Amino acid sequence: MAKNTHDVIVIGAGHNGLTAASYMAKAGLDVVVLEKNEWIGGAAVSRELYPGWKYSNCSYVCSLLRPEIMRDLELYKYGLQIIPYEGSATMMRNGDYYAHYHDHDMTINSIRRHSHKDAEAYERYSRDVLRQCKIIKPLLKMTPPDLTSFKPKDLFGALEFAKHFAAKDELGGLGEKEIYDTIRFYTMSIRDYLDEYFESDITKAHLAGSAIIGTALGPCSPGSAYVLLHHYMGEVDGSVGAWGYSRGGMGSITKAMTGCLNAHGGEVKPDNEVVNVITKNGRAIGVATKKGDEYYAKKIVSNLDVKRTFLKITEESSLPGEFVERVKNFKIRGSSGKLNIALDGLPEFPCIPEGDPGGGGDMHFTETIEEMEGAYDDWKRGEWSRNPYVDMCIPSKSDPTMAAPGKHYMSVFIQYVPFNLANGGWNEERKQEFGRHIVDCIAEFSPNFKDLINHYEVRTPLELDNEVGLTEGNIFQGELTMDQLMFNRPVPGYAQYRTPLKNMYMCSSSTHPGGGVMGAPGANAAREVLIDMNIPQTGNYY
Amino acid sequence: MNRDLRFTALKKTPFHSRTSLASRTNKYYNWNGFTVPTEYSTTELEYTAARNGTSVMDLTPMCKYMINGSDANKFVDYLVTRDLSQMEDNTVAYIIWCNEDGKVMDDGTIFKFSNTKFMLCCAVKIYNWLHDSAEGFDVSFEDATDTTAALAIQGPTSCSTLKNYGADDLELLKPFGMKQYNINGYDVLISRTGFTGDLGYELWTDPANAENMWDSIMEAGKELKIRPFGMHALEMTRIEAGFIQTNTDFMAAEDSLRPVRMRSPYEIGMGWLVHLNKESYFVGKRALKKEKETGNSERCLVGLDIDGDKPAVGSVIYNEKKEDIGIVTAAMWSPTMKRNVALASLKRPYGIKIKENIFAEIYHPEELEYRKIWAKCKVVKRQFFSPERRNKVPADLYE
Repeated sequence: MAKNTHDVIVIGAGHNGLTAASYMAKAGLDVVVLEKNEWIGGAAVSRELYPGWKYSNCSYVCSLLRPEIMRDLELYKYGLQIIPYEGSATMMRNGDYYAHYHDHDMTINSIRRHSHKDAEAYERYSRDVLRQCKIIKPLLKMTPPDLTSFKPKDLFGALEFAKHFAAKDELGGLGEKEIYDTIRFYTMSIRDYLDEYFESDITKAHLAGSAIIGTALGPCSPGSAYVLLHHYMGEVDGSVGAWGYSRGGMGSITKAMTGCLNAHGGEVKPDNEVVNVITKNGRAIGVATKKGDEYYAKKIVSNLDVKRTFLKITEESSLPGEFVERVKNFKIRGSSGKLNIALDGLPEFPCIPEGDPGGGGDMHFTETIEEMEGAYDDWKRGEWSRNPYVDMCIPSKSDPTMAAPGKHYMSVFIQYVPFNLANGGWNEERKQEFGRHIVDCIAEFSPNFKDLINHYEVRTPLELDNEVGLTEGNIFQGELTMDQLMFNRPVPGYAQYRTPLKNMYMCSSSTHPGGGVMGAPGANAAREVLIDMNIPQTGNYY
Repeated sequence: MNRDLRFTALKKTPFHSRTSLASRTNKYYNWNGFTVPTEYSTTELEYTAARNGTSVMDLTPMCKYMINGSDANKFVDYLVTRDLSQMEDNTVAYIIWCNEDGKVMDDGTIFKFSNTKFMLCCAVKIYNWLHDSAEGFDVSFEDATDTTAALAIQGPTSCSTLKNYGADDLELLKPFGMKQYNINGYDVLISRTGFTGDLGYELWTDPANAENMWDSIMEAGKELKIRPFGMHALEMTRIEAGFIQTNTDFMAAEDSLRPVRMRSPYEIGMGWLVHLNKESYFVGKRALKKEKETGNSERCLVGLDIDGDKPAVGSVIYNEKKEDIGIVTAAMWSPTMKRNVALASLKRPYGIKIKENIFAEIYHPEELEYRKIWAKCKVVKRQFFSPERRNKVPADLYE
């Protein structure tokens, strides 16, 4: 039994764990990251499951990863390159399509084909959503204040939070109207929100997609409008709301982070699953791995979601009962599945004109919000959606490293897929049945699609839970609703990355500001650890 | 190879075959979703055509809306701040409109055919705003942007050019008047309006007539120093004329991401277009009345006459204590007046009560280095250039 001592142990080599580890290593600490899988990356991973094709097995597009983090960690040095999307499209059963482009006026011209009023409403809509993005942006890199505490730090923090909420610096101050708008936005359903702007079904369906991806909410559920904002607040070089591919797949992000970590003396140890947090007198002092090794450190930072951290690898007896109860009640419901497909050529989608940039990014085929809500209804009954919402893209159209020239990799994200499948749960047979169902749905829009398939990987919430370690397969490591956001994330009183156990911290997407390949929870957590250790730090997260 | 017709790209105007042929520089830009030339040959020469001969500009991308219905007259009067109740048929009026907070949404021109028929011409799309504001009015709207081709024909010889084209007695048309013609078998509406502050006209017709109209006018102006005219030249003439441009000199209320950027008419020198004594209510009246009574307007938009010959593009304006008091929104060296002029948005009382000791900090590029110039400014009337020929009736003819 080996015994290892470090300054910091990070549990889980996902993007937040690696971000936190890199920041701490940069500050001079001896950091080790323990990862259960044989590969690195968590849900930001690229694996070659079929020779010659690289998949972005889980997350597949990048927008939310904070540019300050890319800059602080110099990720470009370690190979990170983001390729912006060209556009997006929703295909229609009547053979037509609806598209968005990089160019604002082209988008307006495109929407006008479906509704004159919607084309103009889109200007107002984009301004309003952009305004919300500007309001939320400064909050992303702040530790949420504890609103019940009277410590000067929290009082100032609350003031700072409120000040940013009124976004003095970004927006020059908000009026009453804008503050009302913000509060409404955070609590509305996306259907109600879009109804205030648009009249045509296709416009609404295309825009509503971002409000349901990854969440166990339907487009009519209150709170779904915020999920849209969560997908919009990213950027590609200042172009807010824009999405892009990570060159080489999403694994390039975690690979670059590992590069940064190594360059600063840190280390990732794959195939080392942490099974227990070792505590002593209410303090976390180390971890034990499945292999039987023990690691000791001054600080332990868990990148596992809050349920796994406190219900699986920490002794319940070492934690306050109320805290455990709150963690048990934390909403973390899986709702998404995925197909990664190796294609022998480029599938044709006759709905989209050849060469139209609308086909260069995400493609969909859900035409109304009602269809989307119907897909959600299936999920509530424990079934996968018969008529699912899909977010599919072919990164190899823009990225030459995913497959050989002329060959293509297609990523298909599917909403909704239950974790607890009705009538007996998931097994291999039903997983393949689900995969075939999705292939059939896509083939309706692409005559040559099936013939081109060399191989595909099917991922249900069960795989995301078992393999990646996302409880119930929830990609955000916890639902993004107001009761679980900001100072409520993951549980009230513990929103500052610290836990009831001294020297133990959280840095996963279960913490503020939440899921998506953003890195902000990791960077924020590293800052708190360094503050507690009195270690001076530099960079954008200080 | 033919492209799928649904393939979305920026639109081409009905004049595109002609404007692209006339372009020697292939410099285009995106105006309201259309591809149009920024410059055909040399901006200076195009500018000079507008002050010397005839300049021709493709205006098609301007937003154009037809307003019809028994309440059209009442509706238009409700929409805009200016009192249009006495407006005569076949005339045009310059207008602005506000939202309910009294913040300016855009400026434009309104064409009155009769009490039941109007055309509104402007920069920012307002199809939805028209619908939203029309509650209770018997009125309908048609977006005529794509279905009306428009040309601006401006400059001292423009009247003669258009007379050669077939617009008989055009010299008798008064400024802001309009007249329906039938030329070469097509209906052409000609208004004595424009954005250059000079003698000039705007022509409105069916897109099917566009190429014929362009060719015929070019032919008609052949001996009258005619020249196509791009956006850059227009920018020069409009600054000289002191005309404001939405989203350049002020942010349209509906386009402002930052609420503090919204401006009232009083803050952009458009107070003269607000008729608070108009009997009926108009959008924004309550807020504007309050602003007028309390006098709490925060900014003003003024003309500046600046020392030296280096244009103050993007300059910050300071008082003598070097406190930041505003910003230049548009600036140029005027080739006609040989003056260094600018439009600037200033924090009151600067520009209203305090007109002296104002300075512009100009960064003038000089071969990879900037020369920092501290230039004295004088607050002057925004309308820098307004030649007599602009409003003369009958208009000047060259025969």
